[in-house]
Amino acid sequence: MTHKIHLYDFHGGIHPPENKHQSTQRSIRNAGLPAQLILPLHQHIGAAALAEVQVGERVLKGQRLAHADGKISVPLHAPTSGTISAIEERPVPHASGLTELCIVLTPDGEDQWGEHPSLLQQLKVSDFSDIEPKQLVDFISDMGIAGMGGAGFPTAAKLQTRQYPIHTLILNGAECEPYITADDMLMRERASEVVMGAQILQHILGSQRCLIGIEDNKPEAIEALKTALAEHNQQHLMDLVVVPTKYPSGGEKQLIQLLTGEEVPAGGIPAQIGVVCQNVGTASAIYRAVYQGEPLISRITTVTGDACAEPGNWDTLIGTPVSHLLQLSGYQPQARERVIMGGPMMGFALPHTDLPVVKTSNCLLAPTEQELPPNDIAMACIRCGMCAEACPAELLPQQLYWFSKAEEFNKAEQHNLFDCIECGACSYVCPSHIPLVQYYRFAKGAIREERAAQAKSERAKERFESRLARQEREQAEKEAKRKARAEAAAKAKQAAAEQPPAAAADTPSELDKLNKKLDAAKAAVAKTQEKLDAARADDSQAEKVPALEAALEKTQAKIKDIAKDIAAAKKAAASTTGAADKGDPNSPERLQRKWETAQTRLATAQQRLADAQEQGLDTVAALQAGVDKQQQRVIEAKAAYEASLKGTSPAAATEAAATVDQDALKKKILAQQDRLAKAQERLQMAEADGLDTVPALSKAVSKQQDKLTQLQQQLQQAEGA
Amino acid sequence: MSTLTTILIAVAVLVVLATVFGAVLGFASVRFKVEGNPIVEQINDILPQTQCGQCGYPGCKPYAEAIADGDKINKCPPGGESTIQSLADLLGVEPEPLDAEHGAEKDVPTVAYIREDECIGCTKCIQACPVDAILGAAKQMHTVIAEECTGCDLCVEPCPVDCIDMIPVGQDISSWYWQAPTSGVELIASDRRSVGGPA
Amino acid sequence: MLTLSSPHTHGSNSTSKVMLTVILATLPGLLVTTLLFGYGTFINVLLAVATAMATEALVLKLRQRPLGFFLKDNTAALTGVLLGLALPPLAPWWITVLATSFAIVFAKQLYGGIGNNPFNPAMVGYALVLVSFPLHMTTTWAVPMAVDNSAVPGLLDSVAVIFAGASPDAFSGATPLDAYKHMIDSQTSSEVLKNPIFSGWLNGGWEWVNLAYLAGGLVLLWRKIISWHIPVAMLVGLSLCSLLFGWDEDMYAPLSLQLLSGATMLGAFFIATDPVSAATTPRGKLIYGAGIGILLYVIRAHGAYPDAVAFAVLLMNFAAPFIDAYTQPRTYGHKAARRGLIAKSEK
Ligand code: SF4
Ligand code: SF4
Ligand code: SF4
Ligand code: SF4
Repeated sequence: MTHKIHLYDFHGGIHPPENKHQSTQRSIRNAGLPAQLILPLHQHIGAAALAEVQVGERVLKGQRLAHADGKISVPLHAPTSGTISAIEERPVPHASGLTELCIVLTPDGEDQWGEHPSLLQQLKVSDFSDIEPKQLVDFISDMGIAGMGGAGFPTAAKLQTRQYPIHTLILNGAECEPYITADDMLMRERASEVVMGAQILQHILGSQRCLIGIEDNKPEAIEALKTALAEHNQQHLMDLVVVPTKYPSGGEKQLIQLLTGEEVPAGGIPAQIGVVCQNVGTASAIYRAVYQGEPLISRITTVTGDACAEPGNWDTLIGTPVSHLLQLSGYQPQARERVIMGGPMMGFALPHTDLPVVKTSNCLLAPTEQELPPNDIAMACIRCGMCAEACPAELLPQQLYWFSKAEEFNKAEQHNLFDCIECGACSYVCPSHIPLVQYYRFAKGAIREERAAQAKSERAKERFESRLARQEREQAEKEAKRKARAEAAAKAKQAAAEQPPAAAADTPSELDKLNKKLDAAKAAVAKTQEKLDAARADDSQAEKVPALEAALEKTQAKIKDIAKDIAAAKKAAASTTGAADKGDPNSPERLQRKWETAQTRLATAQQRLADAQEQGLDTVAALQAGVDKQQQRVIEAKAAYEASLKGTSPAAATEAAATVDQDALKKKILAQQDRLAKAQERLQMAEADGLDTVPALSKAVSKQQDKLTQLQQQLQQAEGA
Repeated sequence: MSTLTTILIAVAVLVVLATVFGAVLGFASVRFKVEGNPIVEQINDILPQTQCGQCGYPGCKPYAEAIADGDKINKCPPGGESTIQSLADLLGVEPEPLDAEHGAEKDVPTVAYIREDECIGCTKCIQACPVDAILGAAKQMHTVIAEECTGCDLCVEPCPVDCIDMIPVGQDISSWYWQAPTSGVELIASDRRSVGGPA
Repeated sequence: MLTLSSPHTHGSNSTSKVMLTVILATLPGLLVTTLLFGYGTFINVLLAVATAMATEALVLKLRQRPLGFFLKDNTAALTGVLLGLALPPLAPWWITVLATSFAIVFAKQLYGGIGNNPFNPAMVGYALVLVSFPLHMTTTWAVPMAVDNSAVPGLLDSVAVIFAGASPDAFSGATPLDAYKHMIDSQTSSEVLKNPIFSGWLNGGWEWVNLAYLAGGLVLLWRKIISWHIPVAMLVGLSLCSLLFGWDEDMYAPLSLQLLSGATMLGAFFIATDPVSAATTPRGKLIYGAGIGILLYVIRAHGAYPDAVAFAVLLMNFAAPFIDAYTQPRTYGHKAARRGLIAKSEK
């Protein structure tokens, strides 16, 4: 070691039994080729890779099977040669036990490499320091490398820190979780790979120093690293820092705090304080990619726990089924069987063992029941505060618990729920054995879901409103068009109304003109006929005959046309004058005429009566009766006319209103019947399914029924009236 | 005389106190004024924006306006009990059970799915969709943008060839999350076996 | 296969162990009390524990909760022990039974049982009988051995007084705090201290009892069952008040008496530290403890009661949630701690 590194401390932390010795007795063994490799397309944080091979295709070891989908994504490579036997949804190792798209590869046993030149060979350089950092980052991305410590964040994305200058690269070899020894064994056996990988990382980041953090419970690894550093670290840019064993010192944020005393800002990334943290396994994978052209197709996985007769570390191909590894390690199924992927503090229990090892699987823990008894029944929180003392994030876990349990999510957020790293220290120390972390996961999930729902409803609102706006606009446009048309029509009408006499005179004068034309044409025909006859008679004019015949024909055709026009004009005139007659017999004009006729008749009758009276005729009485009758008629006609002007007679109006009312009622009844039927249907369905909404629904049905009867009664009343 | 003085002093003190506190409160209400949304907006924010019209209004906003004018808060089936609860909290009224007349709450969220080879391209569903979640032109096959679909069912009825299904939104790994543990006591009640087990 | 959420391992701690440790840590105090004051307190503790367990069982049965699961957590027993220790040694049996059952039923189970009670149950029970039966609560303190060896009741005497209603007068006397408070009105400090109750090293044996509780409290600190914040803050608060405002010994009880008489140490290490009803944040605990110390002094010096641990603790119980809300620690990665409750508009 060349520099004096000051060690800081982080709040809280716990010291669970380490249980690391079981799996460090044997050196790393090769897990060999299983019968089938299951390769999920989504083994990292970010977007799933996109498959680029077909079922049935033969692939070579190291061949790319799927490419990255965007920046935060990594490709997937074939861990061995063989045939793609399926690309389908398979259960993947995840706490949910759900399925995701996987490429299934059946190895052919030949383990035949495809072309895989190292980056040095590709670029024909002898040292990585001659390669542009950008090129290295792209290459690391192409090699499918994602963080191997557990989270699986695409390494290349983490190395692109353009906006923040990086002064420190931290290599995480703390491995604080009990049982796990994958990094420990890696550092023991491949220390120089780790150191050389770190050198590449430093070159990419341009950081002045690199701190390798390692817990003091790994003396062999520390020794191995020291040797490797002495060998490779000529520029003395790298320091090994031994930190005291305390869980969770291997947490990224905690290790950064331990080594630099600085805290990663809440919701931010380490690069913001000039630090990038990488796992030692990732460094080794980078070394293998750059120096040997080997993509990330295998990893070291610890298989341990008392249920395994031969615990140890395996160099495992990605995609190897868990059952294969367990079998190699002498696994004995237990009474209350549990296999945990990851460590006992943060790992998740697998629902079954037909799941593949993925890029982030650092450990398979198969404990016996005595070894790690499943959680006791939780008692009430006694607010003892032990959890708060253990929490490395300095949260108040007991408050978070109360809020999460009561689903008071905004209060939980107020207490910084999202700064919880789910390390489990609080659950570990809780005397009431409350599954605190599960509550936090639940609360976080629920909050995220709520946020997503909120965002969606916000979008729906916007879309709805813009649709409404659009509809309004369209409506307005339509309205405008309609108005324009109406205006044009009105104008035309007005124009027509302004010169009705002209129009009326128009038709006859037109007719006259046509008639004159007709006469002229007829005269012309007669003349032409005459000429024609003369020409036929006179041989000297014989050559004129055809022309005259043609002229005759023409004129005759003209006559026909004119006759047609006349007929049309006549019709038109008839229709203009007869328009009123053809209309409604009750139209005001008609009625007016009736009234007028009646009046004239009355006048005549009165005249006659007066004459008769003067002359002293004996028809006076009869005439008087006739006059009376006529008078009566006049009055009637007048009334009818006036009523027609007002619209409808009062009696007719009430009658019409009644029918309208009845119609509306009938319609309402129909709708109500419909609704009732629907409600009944729903009720039946609910009854059939035995849902507990039955009472509510039956209430609804009876409500609907009541409404219906009410409406029917109203209708009867209306009809009766 | 002295009683009168006492009373006067008491009154004076009270007046002064009232003035001072009134001034403080007035200042605080101006200084720390919270720019409140108008109530209709707040109500609208709580409604699910499914825009399905089941409440009897043409969309959520009109219903929000109606609530602000005193309509009942239990008419929105897509929002269900939780929305009613939030509305009750906001308006300071008693929550009521969902009015079954307007329909029942769905157990699982759904999205519309158009069986595309059966679609005749009549555009009826496009006209029905309140959030413009259906894409397509006349005589061409239509399709639903699942992310935008609110699952309101309005497009199902108008389809003349019944090619629209409402399918439940499945859970995938990215949307899955742990459920809250059952509390200790419930566990004991449901699973006596583990009580007798080794502690 | 079992799929539970992580973590899959757990420390060996448990609530019943915690409660049991607290009960065991009271033993030195109980022992000294019994030696110096006779069997009264011992009988009280047994009676209170029995009552507490029985009442708890009854209420659990009524609430249809699993009996064994909850009785095993030892919280009811602890409430009983603390009440038994706090009550006057010669209090009639029904006082103990009444206080304990009230504590369990009203102060604990009606709030939803363990973990949900906003007030310290033992102190609620104590306050109830203190307010309801002041005579019985002030005239039944035993005279310590140091004052009058012959007046210390034997086992049979104690049983007779507690259960058979025999007059306690032959064995009882005022507590030092009570005596001081009453006598200082008409006498000077040195005159008061001549009274036999202040014989022995300090005050007739009460100092030993308090030291025994202090020892028990240190065990709790060492076992990390309690944190130092509350007891230290409370004792410091009490001492500072006493030094600043109560320095005149001719008017107020001196600091030595404040610290080593009455229920000071029992209160500081066993009662104020009841986690359920106390503040939980580190700084909150300091405020909470200091508040109890100050209230304790104020009531002792100016109130009607000679001792006031119960009232001081209950009053601070009211304030605990509020204190917690304003003393949240600064979380990793945050510039400052969040303060206070959530404003409605912020959601
Ligand atoms: S450790 Fe457990 S019992 Fe104690 S305060 Fe935290 S959650 Fe509550
Ligand atoms: S799981 Fe969260 S709350 Fe619990 S100790 Fe870890 S960071 Fe703190
Ligand atoms: S019923 Fe439909 S339209 Fe009415 S408020 Fe609810 S989601 Fe909106
Ligand atoms: S696609 Fe159908 S179900 Fe979806 S929002 Fe549009 S109308 Fe409603």
